[in-house]
Amino acid sequence: MKFDTPATTNPIDQMKIVGKPTNRIEGPLKTTGTAPYAYERHDVAANQAYGYVVGSAIAKGRIASMNLGEARAAPGVIAIVTADNAGKLAKGDFNTAKLLGGPDIEHYHQAIALVVADSFEQARAAASLVRVEYARGKGAYDLAAAIDTAIKPKASFGTEPDSAVGNFAAAFAAAPVQLDARYTTPDHSHAMMEPHATIAAWKGDKLTVWTSNQMIAWSVGDMAKTLGIPKENIRFDSPYIGGGFGGKLFNRADVLLAALGAKAAKRPVKVALPRPLMINNTTHRPATIQRVRLGATADGKLTAIGHESWSGDLPGGGPETAVAQTRLLYAGENRMTAMRLAVLDLPEGNAMRAPGEAPGLMALEIAVDELAEKLGMDPVALRVLNDTQVDPEKPSRPFSQRQLNKCLETGADKFGWSKRAKPGVTRDGRWLVGMGVAAAFRNNLNGPSAARVRLAKSGVVTVETDMTDIGTGTYTIIAQTAAEMMGVPLDKVVVKLGDSAFPVSAGSGGQWGANSSTAGVYAACVKLREAVVQKLGLASDAVFADGKVKAGRRSVALGDAAADGELVAEDNMEYGDLAEKFQQSTFGAHFVEVGVDAMTGEIRVRRMLAVCAAGRILNPKAARSQVIGAMTMGAGAALMEELAVDKRFGFFVNHDLAGYEVPVHADIPHQDVIFLDEADPTTSPMKAKGVGELGICGVAAAVANAVYNATGVRVRNYPITLDKLLGKLPDMV
Amino acid sequence: MQTPEEFELSRRGVLVGGAASVATVTLVPIGTATAATPPAKSPPTAKVAFEVNGTVRELELDTRTSLLDALREHLHLTGTKKGCDHGQCGACTVIVDGRRINSCLTLAVMHEGEKITTIEGLGTPDKMHAMQDAFVTHDGYQCGYCTPGQICSAVAVLDEIKAGVPSHVTADLAAAPAVTKVELRERMSGNICRCGAYSNIIDAITDVAGVKA
Ligand code: FES
Ligand code: FES
Repeated sequence: MKFDTPATTNPIDQMKIVGKPTNRIEGPLKTTGTAPYAYERHDVAANQAYGYVVGSAIAKGRIASMNLGEARAAPGVIAIVTADNAGKLAKGDFNTAKLLGGPDIEHYHQAIALVVADSFEQARAAASLVRVEYARGKGAYDLAAAIDTAIKPKASFGTEPDSAVGNFAAAFAAAPVQLDARYTTPDHSHAMMEPHATIAAWKGDKLTVWTSNQMIAWSVGDMAKTLGIPKENIRFDSPYIGGGFGGKLFNRADVLLAALGAKAAKRPVKVALPRPLMINNTTHRPATIQRVRLGATADGKLTAIGHESWSGDLPGGGPETAVAQTRLLYAGENRMTAMRLAVLDLPEGNAMRAPGEAPGLMALEIAVDELAEKLGMDPVALRVLNDTQVDPEKPSRPFSQRQLNKCLETGADKFGWSKRAKPGVTRDGRWLVGMGVAAAFRNNLNGPSAARVRLAKSGVVTVETDMTDIGTGTYTIIAQTAAEMMGVPLDKVVVKLGDSAFPVSAGSGGQWGANSSTAGVYAACVKLREAVVQKLGLASDAVFADGKVKAGRRSVALGDAAADGELVAEDNMEYGDLAEKFQQSTFGAHFVEVGVDAMTGEIRVRRMLAVCAAGRILNPKAARSQVIGAMTMGAGAALMEELAVDKRFGFFVNHDLAGYEVPVHADIPHQDVIFLDEADPTTSPMKAKGVGELGICGVAAAVANAVYNATGVRVRNYPITLDKLLGKLPDMV
Repeated sequence: MQTPEEFELSRRGVLVGGAASVATVTLVPIGTATAATPPAKSPPTAKVAFEVNGTVRELELDTRTSLLDALREHLHLTGTKKGCDHGQCGACTVIVDGRRINSCLTLAVMHEGEKITTIEGLGTPDKMHAMQDAFVTHDGYQCGYCTPGQICSAVAVLDEIKAGVPSHVTADLAAAPAVTKVELRERMSGNICRCGAYSNIIDAITDVAGVKA
């Protein structure tokens, strides 16, 4: 099915099942420990051996020698895989550095060997006996020192590195009120709870991997390329994924090494990345240095908007697209953005939840707060004043829907924003109390997505697609979609995901999953409805409801259409140019209240509210969870998350969950989320958009602005830790 | 930018550098260097018997086997999760003789005769424990990977409060601790949820505890 004209009325609009806050259909499995994650598939292959990964102890240079003798002789060892004995391996299109390094080393903890043994304990012990001599090379590890060498990168994901409209320089120079400030955001780690893990088994030249991966089709393709075997010979299965956040978009060392290990050991091999290896071995959100310049009239109209960002990555990598939102978020006639990319020999930078917008808004939305302060304006009012209903770079192109102002105004009302006082004056016992606001913005993306639906005699509808559920609620919203389309209750739908044997979906990333994958299921269900009607000899306008198909005076049980054999339909949803004609984006407003200990500078988040406008919300319960989870990650980015770079040796020092601090229960208050009523007919027949990444956008800045409001101390370098406040807090009386 | 020769390594610098030995290039081809090491002896094993979810299980284990791996790899009770294997995340939480512990931080052979309850012992999809049910109702999870640990912890936390065990945030050590959100958040802080379901998890626990939040 091709979606090339805005949706009109369709069966989804009934909203009998779609749009309801139903519990997750896989909930009983997850809460009883019976949902099988990658490393737990004891049932899929007999005689599994254990692989343990050895990571490089240098960041750049080469392996001078590797002595495997002791490791080979260790008890239980079956095989050891290194670049030297693995055969020819290509690099996947989605990887910047090789998944198996050696002799050249591209980053710290790049995998250099896999030790396979009968047991986990034996593999781990033997891995520590792999003796490696390195020749350390010269590398660049310090972003601040490297920005002078940064170059203009090529366009990434369709985003040009530079943009210019009007005359920014002149307008900024002439602006009566100016802000020019520099902000930094550190490297962040996905730190999903389930480590990257895979079980691999070969049958002849056919490989099956049970793994934890967000993008099945991409990863099958990359695996085929890496191993130099046909795609058809590879099967990925990834029904449950213990979090991804972008860290499992691509193949990582576990899946490649499990496959190579299984080949060498001639038996199935399971590999999980040890937690202390994950942060340097896999990808991370790159640090940024950003400069924001805003020029406004005395009454707050933006006349000049400039945003520049510098980031680094390995050779061949890309920039963190931190200026992307600035091209669309506020009105203003004269604008410029620029991204520059330095070569750094740190681990590979790549997508993490809301890549670009998350760090970009961390800077931009403090800058807007600072400008409001200079103007003596309320920061909500300043944002509302500078709203735009069209793409500011191309005014002929409207937003399909844009309720940013309503998000801000609704939030201000519900949060009690009017009680916000000037900085540093509100006290609650030992706490300095402040409120902050920030806009949330993230583009909507749609991707082609296919599904197969089967109707059984029992009336049960089974959906098969290689779409993944990374905690997003995919199982449930797909079941809701199929139930609504076929007129059956939710418990008559079975959803099967994550298997590369199923039709290719959009996958989970860029918050495109929910709308895209359900639209694919919609398309398949339209076909199944046609097949049902034809089989039963009913009029084509038959109504599917209550497990029946009704046309005129005839009413037939849906399952009757499959009385003499299962009915199967498959379709792929594809998109025309509506996303070019209309700017499709999601919007929100975050409101945060913090308390800052007047003595110690300790920061506590006391209240959080998000108001989101993101198209039709397919399941408000799961969508709310996506948003509160993203708000939590945003609070982490504001207050604690920072990969500490060892600039001499080139690695992230705090590479485990003790050193890389993420929010825990005690850090997070009760969170409120409001979804504005919206349905966007330009996005798909589902009229939905994404929320999973919108939720993190702007959160950290709202926290930062609240800390400023509480203390009068402006911190522009994240995370906002108490050492950055000490000595500057208001005098204690 | 420094060249390798320019590195002036302090003792601390070397420690930070870990296992990296700064070597000049030697001529040993990679992967073929085999030392004449005699084959090592098989690791010592030991027998252990404990009760898991009401059933006595006897195992003969490599003594290095953690309780977590005994459950997951030997008994195939994979509901208990491995998030870090280093006591940093709580995904491996199980209840041993009534107390919650990180099963990755303890060796299986240390638990002779003890009673272990895992997530599978609390309930099944058809017959869920009240806490499991509340997590579903309140959407107290997303990816589900931290969830068994959160639930085992939550069940044990309510017992701890009932038993009068104080926490870091208990103001009055002489009085019985109450089930408050602040108490729950403090006591649950060893269980990380990167999906960020905390707000819903606390709602689920308060629901089970029967207190109006
Ligand atoms: S796996 Fe035991 S605490 Fe993380
Ligand atoms: S539900 Fe994913 S980590 Fe908690």
